[in-house]
Amino acid sequence: MNVSRLPTTMAEYTRTAIALHWLIALLIFSLFPLGLYMSDLPFSPARLKLYSYHKWLGVTVFMLAIARLAWRLRHPAPPPPAGMPAWQRIAATATHHLLYALLILVPLSGWLMSSAKGFQTVYLGIIPLPDLLTKDKALGDMLLIVHQTLNFTLAALVATHLGAALKHYFVDRDEVLGRMIPILNRKP
Amino acid sequence: MTKRILIALALGAAVLAPALAQLDTAKSSMIAVSKQMGVPVEGVFRRFSAQVSFDPARPAEGKASLEIDIASFDLGDADFNRETTKKEWFDAAKFPRATFVTTAIKPAGAGKYEAAGKLTIKGKTLDVVAPVSFRSEGGQQVFEGVLPIRRLAFNIGEGEWKDTATVADEVQIKFRIVAAKK
Repeated sequence: MNVSRLPTTMAEYTRTAIALHWLIALLIFSLFPLGLYMSDLPFSPARLKLYSYHKWLGVTVFMLAIARLAWRLRHPAPPPPAGMPAWQRIAATATHHLLYALLILVPLSGWLMSSAKGFQTVYLGIIPLPDLLTKDKALGDMLLIVHQTLNFTLAALVATHLGAALKHYFVDRDEVLGRMIPILNRKP
Repeated sequence: MTKRILIALALGAAVLAPALAQLDTAKSSMIAVSKQMGVPVEGVFRRFSAQVSFDPARPAEGKASLEIDIASFDLGDADFNRETTKKEWFDAAKFPRATFVTTAIKPAGAGKYEAAGKLTIKGKTLDVVAPVSFRSEGGQQVFEGVLPIRRLAFNIGEGEWKDTATVADEVQIKFRIVAAKK
């Protein structure tokens, strides 16, 4: 497959950016189904445990997303392929920016929801996070809808992101996916 | 005959009642703080009554008896509230009340006392010693303290809920009893 790739002229993402990208991807692919599953469980120790794990993983994503954004400010993403149409560039930039925004907003909405529902988030059961809101049932119920809506938006964006990455690899046969999976761009 | 005894008891209670201080329910509170996955969770007993007879000059003669309405336990979440009245937890249908009756009150430093007594929850009675701080405030007596108990000693949280990794064994009972000075 590698033989047919366009010549290697594109820079890859930095190792740090690649590590953060895949770590966050792994976490959100665990968090999303976990969130759907746990909310349907009957009241049980398992339910309480999974809610806590979900919160801890969410806080982890929040911190990793901030690290990712901070890193990105000093290490810009490699430029898109030269021949890429303008609409695709704009769409890619918009999708990436929205993804970054949601990586912050989704955990933040969960944290706010926990506060409003009166259940403090204690990271790993050790570090209590400040409650940003006081207990308010109506607000908690509203934030649940906000959290769900943001999550489904994130899921749609992830699907777009994934679809575009695969299109670059299989249809355009360029090196865009290889910037995040460097082994794909290695010469045989 | 039984009826007469009951009437006599009722009259006796009515005569004795003024000697006992009246609970100021607005200022009094009974809160149980547990830890769920390391997260402190507060539950409030919305209804309880207390009869207190206490003179700081003669603490040994002091007496208190408390009665807590288990069904009034409020964790601030409908799911949690439904759960805690169940058999595995308080079994509120079978054991609607928890009680604490002092057996001995001892001074323990300025304004501090140790109230030994019998605590009954879910039909199980254990001897406990509650540290109590006392002060007089505007014609009222204020008793405050925190009594740590172990929920499993009272079979609160049976079956899968015995797992203390999810809900810790230790529960802090924070009480504040404000009663009119007799």
